[in-house]
Amino acid sequence: MAARTPKRRAEDKQTPTATPTMDSLLATKEIVVACGPGGVGKTTTAAASALMAAINHGSKVLVLTVDPAKRLANALGLDGIGNTEHQVPASAFKAAGIKPRGELWAAMLDTKESWDSLISHHAPDERTRDEILANPLYQNISGRFVQSHDYIAMERLYEIHSAAEYDLIVVDTPPTRNALDFLDAPERLADFFSSRLLRWLIVPYRSKLVNVATKPFYQISDRILGTEFMSDISEFFILFQTMYDGFVERSEAVGRLLSDRRTTFVVVSTLEATPLREAEFFAEQLTARKLHLGAIVLNKVLPDYLRGRSGAKVAEAMKDRAEDLAEGLGAVVGAKDPALGDPSQIARVLTEVADSYLNFQIVALREMEERATLAVAPDVLATVPFFDTDIYDLSGLLRLGEQIWG
Amino acid sequence: MPSDPLIPLLDRKLVFVTGKGGTGKTTVASALALLAATRGKRVLICEMDAKGELAGYYESPPMAFKEREVQPGLFAMSMDTEAALREYLRMQLRIPIVGRIGPVAKAFDFLAAAAPGVREILTVGKLCFEVRDGAWDMVVVDAQASGHIVGQLAAPQAVNGLVKVGLIRTQTDWMLKMLSDPAVTGLLAVCTPEEMPVTETIELAARVRDETTVQLAGVVVNRVLPELFGRQEEAVFEALAAPGPLAELDALVDGDASPVLEAARLAVTMRRTRSTHLERLRKGIDPSVPLLYLPFLFTRSHGLRTTRQVAESLGEEMGY
Repeated sequence: MAARTPKRRAEDKQTPTATPTMDSLLATKEIVVACGPGGVGKTTTAAASALMAAINHGSKVLVLTVDPAKRLANALGLDGIGNTEHQVPASAFKAAGIKPRGELWAAMLDTKESWDSLISHHAPDERTRDEILANPLYQNISGRFVQSHDYIAMERLYEIHSAAEYDLIVVDTPPTRNALDFLDAPERLADFFSSRLLRWLIVPYRSKLVNVATKPFYQISDRILGTEFMSDISEFFILFQTMYDGFVERSEAVGRLLSDRRTTFVVVSTLEATPLREAEFFAEQLTARKLHLGAIVLNKVLPDYLRGRSGAKVAEAMKDRAEDLAEGLGAVVGAKDPALGDPSQIARVLTEVADSYLNFQIVALREMEERATLAVAPDVLATVPFFDTDIYDLSGLLRLGEQIWG
Repeated sequence: MPSDPLIPLLDRKLVFVTGKGGTGKTTVASALALLAATRGKRVLICEMDAKGELAGYYESPPMAFKEREVQPGLFAMSMDTEAALREYLRMQLRIPIVGRIGPVAKAFDFLAAAAPGVREILTVGKLCFEVRDGAWDMVVVDAQASGHIVGQLAAPQAVNGLVKVGLIRTQTDWMLKMLSDPAVTGLLAVCTPEEMPVTETIELAARVRDETTVQLAGVVVNRVLPELFGRQEEAVFEALAAPGPLAELDALVDGDASPVLEAARLAVTMRRTRSTHLERLRKGIDPSVPLLYLPFLFTRSHGLRTTRQVAESLGEEMGY
């Protein structure tokens, strides 16, 4: 747990010698980006963290989710709403028996809608805007283009942060091919607009300006894609060019916001080998890019009682001496409880229960080995136990949040 | 072979394996390819996202675009858009640009970023090409996660809609034909009996039906927990866990038996929660799509041994 930046000092005054927790981390930040491999509970972790901050810090908190589970969306009152931010109703808190000091807001990311509003924002005039929105290439890009997701999530974050409506924004990142895509997205977009190739493309197609340097490119593109498609492409980029400055400026600002001191990243993972390696790689990359790795949340960790040596010993004994034990138990308690009247049945249950324990212990120990090899050291390392039921309301989310909070 | 399998998945020439992140997509893809190879087929497996994870499942060195034999009869490669483009240009255009591919590839990469579907045509095209012209009985694709697979499989149609002429158009025509033929191509979706994976799988099945021409050949339900005990045995268990009997049990085993019982309770709850999701999956997927169940693996580590185990279970489920 390395000492860190001046930021820490102010905080230390309030709670001297305190070990950082999610509580203290979130109290000092304005943006929390939850990221990590798919299927580890990223969205739920983001929502639970936002909930805890709203309850405990008295702040106005927004959780911006990408693709929440239906029941989580329900729990947050998000069912059926699009891009706009909605406050989680007081009734939901009341039902969970919680009195929040602050407010919890939630929004879902609608990629298409966000792209459209971005175009409207940057387009120089209505005609250009309408032409772009109607362009088949644009529709393809905004609706289907995988990487557009990555950029738009960060763009939306920037927009909301700029409006200065919230004390804290917790953003869930979209599932990407590569967890890093969204980090590169702003830069890639800026590159994209300033590249020489774009200039080639926006030269009115087939004009005299097609010179020696660009000729091979056009020849090959033509043969592969056909002339008509190529001119569709250039037309699209000519339209897009009008928004060049706005886009580059904006994407650079988004990049700056991500590396701002007020922003922190929380990497979520489970203790399974594959996601953990991915999470570790991601954490290393954050550090390499001088982004702030605030916490690693290890999710769905099997309970401690599965790892004990004594537990294994008892399980072995139950398995090896199942019949003896069943006889013994039957003799002592069999008369009192009719369910324990049949020693052979007791023996079978003892064996199965013991087998199950030993099986799960293998997995629990494997998790601990994985944890021991974790090569990155964030400020906060939170462990969340496996919950045996799904989360469908705020109290479920609270149960999870309390574990993260520390 | 003695009898016909129930689910003749190995008869298809091109199988895409997808699934939500964390459900075991690569596990299933690697096991499927291994199963086919152990049954005497000459198999190519291709990893589509360059995470380099697949090598671990065969305990082989890292994969490259050029395939390498990782097990007898089983060859593995990883997809690389630029290499695919290079190969494509060499074959299709017969232009001697091998030395100068850099700028062209960069230009193309850029175009591919701008014109959706072009990149997919190249990578899916490479796979189709391997099926058509390669010396394989079967090509298994460790494909993109379920969020992205539809875009990939629908790319030939999307491009067909945008591009009217040119080489790409010619290419998409025969690719579409191959992808649309259920005797040749199939998609295998992997999920676990949990909330989000099941929801995503149901959505995926609908999108595959509506937006692509590829047939969903099956859904693999991975990590199914064993049934711990029946109703009667559960009554016994509950009676055992009551304070009196538990104290007796503690004394008899000379230790604390509560963690062991607690673990059983956890296992039972886990299985129950999962059963409801499994039920939802069964209802949400067209009954003509077969479901294949793979058990939860209580193993220490993952590697070739695990891949073999999964391949065996997969073979049993298919009825081989």
